[in-house]
Amino acid sequence: MAQEADVISLSVNGRTQQVDVPPDTPLLWVIREQLGLTGTKYGCGAALCGACTVHLDGAAVRSCAVPVSAAANRPITTIEGLSATGEHPVQKAWTEVDVPQCGFCQPGQIMSAVALLANTGSPTDAEIDAAMAGNICRCGTYQRIRAAIHLAAALQKGGRR
Amino acid sequence: MTPRISRRTLLKGTLAAGAGLVVGFPLAGRSRALAQTPAVFAPNQWIRIDRDGVVTIVNSVPEMGQGSMTTTTMILADELDVPIDQVRIEQAPANPDLYKNPVTGSQSYGGSRGVRDHYPTWRKAAAAARTMLQQAAANRWGVPVESTETEPGAVVHKPSGRRLAYAQLVDEAQTLPVPQNPKLKTPDQFRYIGKMVKRRDTPDKITGRGIYGMDVVVPGMLVASIERCPVLRGKVKSFDATATKRIPGVRDVVQVTNGVAVVADSFWTALQGRRALKVQWDEGALAQVSSPAIAKEYERLSKQPGQAARNDGDAEKALGAGGKVIEAVYQVPFLEHACMEPMNATAHVTKDACTVWAPTQNPGGTLATAMRLTGLPKEKVTVHTTLLGGGFGRRGEQDFIVDAVEVAKAVGAPVKVMWTREDDITHGFYRPSTYNVFRAALGPDGKPTAWHNRIVGPGLLIQKGRSPDYQIDGAAVEGARNMPYDIPNLRVEFVNKDFGVPLGFWRSVGASQNGFIVESFIDEVAHAAGKDPFEFRRDLLGKSPRHKAVLELAATKANWGAPLPPGRGRGIAVVFSYNSYMATVAEVSVAPDGLVRVHRFVSAIDAGLAVNPDQVKAQVEGGSVYGLTATLYGQITVDRGRVQQSNFNDYPMLRINEMPVVEVHILDSGEALGGLGEPGVPTVAPAVCNAVFAATGKRIRTLPIDRNELRKA
Ligand code: FES
Ligand code: FES
Repeated sequence: MAQEADVISLSVNGRTQQVDVPPDTPLLWVIREQLGLTGTKYGCGAALCGACTVHLDGAAVRSCAVPVSAAANRPITTIEGLSATGEHPVQKAWTEVDVPQCGFCQPGQIMSAVALLANTGSPTDAEIDAAMAGNICRCGTYQRIRAAIHLAAALQKGGRR
Repeated sequence: MTPRISRRTLLKGTLAAGAGLVVGFPLAGRSRALAQTPAVFAPNQWIRIDRDGVVTIVNSVPEMGQGSMTTTTMILADELDVPIDQVRIEQAPANPDLYKNPVTGSQSYGGSRGVRDHYPTWRKAAAAARTMLQQAAANRWGVPVESTETEPGAVVHKPSGRRLAYAQLVDEAQTLPVPQNPKLKTPDQFRYIGKMVKRRDTPDKITGRGIYGMDVVVPGMLVASIERCPVLRGKVKSFDATATKRIPGVRDVVQVTNGVAVVADSFWTALQGRRALKVQWDEGALAQVSSPAIAKEYERLSKQPGQAARNDGDAEKALGAGGKVIEAVYQVPFLEHACMEPMNATAHVTKDACTVWAPTQNPGGTLATAMRLTGLPKEKVTVHTTLLGGGFGRRGEQDFIVDAVEVAKAVGAPVKVMWTREDDITHGFYRPSTYNVFRAALGPDGKPTAWHNRIVGPGLLIQKGRSPDYQIDGAAVEGARNMPYDIPNLRVEFVNKDFGVPLGFWRSVGASQNGFIVESFIDEVAHAAGKDPFEFRRDLLGKSPRHKAVLELAATKANWGAPLPPGRGRGIAVVFSYNSYMATVAEVSVAPDGLVRVHRFVSAIDAGLAVNPDQVKAQVEGGSVYGLTATLYGQITVDRGRVQQSNFNDYPMLRINEMPVVEVHILDSGEALGGLGEPGVPTVAPAVCNAVFAATGKRIRTLPIDRNELRKA
């Protein structure tokens, strides 16, 4: 049964907003429906696919499995907050390699990749596997995702190809 | 109610479609789309150029990941001769009068048809537009049109060094007649076709700006989720929504064709409402149907003759002639598409208008569904095709459209109906499960003299009413009836047995299962003959040169025959589907616990002409993953009419840590264009299973691969 609505303060992409929703509502749906940030996707609702990946305190989390109450007053970044124009090194690498097909999984893939690269400057293939295995791509863009992450690592270090 | 942020970007580009002057094409239908707009040159339904030089190209093929936005634009922009990076792309409205596929006659996309069916039409349309611009310039300069040529975005007259941008010719060009047989570019003049062009949709897809069906927001919109009968094809008998209606935020509960819809302010609330519903179901006939019984009945029927789909020579006689006979049974399961974006659609129905926003492969069908359910004429129905989060055949169906239109009609407000992943997997349209019996005979020279293949399973086209049940179902035998090997006595039979599990077109359709069975069994025959499986195939492909060419290319590139590290095996397969030829070599190893690891795919594809080579590769890469997921994991089973899988935990998808290297080699044969969305799938399962045999000596005859069978004792 839905719990009574509560006013919760969320800090998304550097903006603080109040939302009035039952506290058990998954963060995903608050981001998508209350805040209108539809770049974060729903794919499974059970932390199995990674389509809903956002950053909470800088770490990649599955927003479908985080109750909104647990995200109150903590910095959240969604795909829309990564850069206004697609200029983040990971987005640039994604463009360079032409990664997306249908694109539906890609915001989640990119958010996972950004979190990986924030902690691991030049990830090995095994590190990429470990960080990205939670993100399903039904179109099968994995080979390009891997290539783009390596490229983004190079871009981030300032080295042009 | 919580405030809702409306996204005007959604309507940008979709609502604007149709403006402009359209001449020279049959104009039946929606006059609204043909309204005259001054200062716009719009020689046909695909191209508009305005006085500011903005070139708009209308993409009539839904963008489901295959790259239609890019490929359509490449073809039209090339022949029109405009710089591709300055083109605005608009998704076409549902309007079959203007945008039907010229080959199929409907505005519906499946069968890897987007590019191959439109290529000549688009080129002619764009060449006509270019010729009109050239004529307008020639008139202004007083020179013969033949003395003019174009550069991207401009007409030039080299002898006098004069130049006019297309934007400056708009007014004159639109008064000229549309040439019926414009001169097309020669291939050496192509700027984009055949070259690597970056996808036009990438910027929207890496920033979260792209609007998929699920992302549609309309002012005043409600969100609904539908409780569906756990038994396939079951119906609502009665329901009690008392508890549901007490939940704050639940707005309405309505019975619709596909179940009971809970309409709410938000999706999460709608889900809570579903949980509180009490529904009595009329489970229907499928409540008696379970997977083991289906397999048993298939097996029984496989002992009886079927209808002949092909009959060369006398296979029975040749099988009894005393040569070595090889027999095998192959089985494949039901499969669900699992588009990354679960099914959904949005609709708004008023007394005199209906608008649908849908991630659909079938805009024409969506229009027809909305007309049927609302009783409105086509002039009153508008369909916006959003981006599709995957299609794979699933999104040609109408069930999710029916959901949205019915619920929206019932509540009188715009409604988005969203499916959960569980709804999506348990209420799909499944790739048929089949049971297949093979017999082959070898002559004294080691060449096959007979091939007998009986396929038992449900006819997809028959179930969908697209083929009469007294005929052979074309989808059930594709890839088997037209197997390419030159064997004198060859019989392929089909036994139609349909238990009523809803069937659908699953990426590569019949070729998905028949590619596996034919290419696995020919491998068995090769081994029985003591021959190398690649050479055995090649020797039988004398009458199929295009098969042979891709087979040889894949084998060469994969270093076929070269030694492998211990424990690894190579397997090969070649399949024709959707007018394209594809061969794959797989390199696998099998761990002692039976885990199959695919290290590498080397594929060769002949799709006639590769319009955008990098996207040809992308489609083969994607097909490899789709096929490998099915090979290793894909299985839908039914228990008393209930689908037993529900999410990615029990219907797993291949993940990045299991991704093999995929190497794609393109063979531009110069033949007629082939499809690309699907042909990457059928070779995967047989190449992998043949490689498993090479590595372990164990033959996989049932998909998905059962690890236990490969475990070392
Ligand atoms: S939607 Fe959250 S992991 Fe799939
Ligand atoms: S690009 Fe379609 S699911 Fe990843």
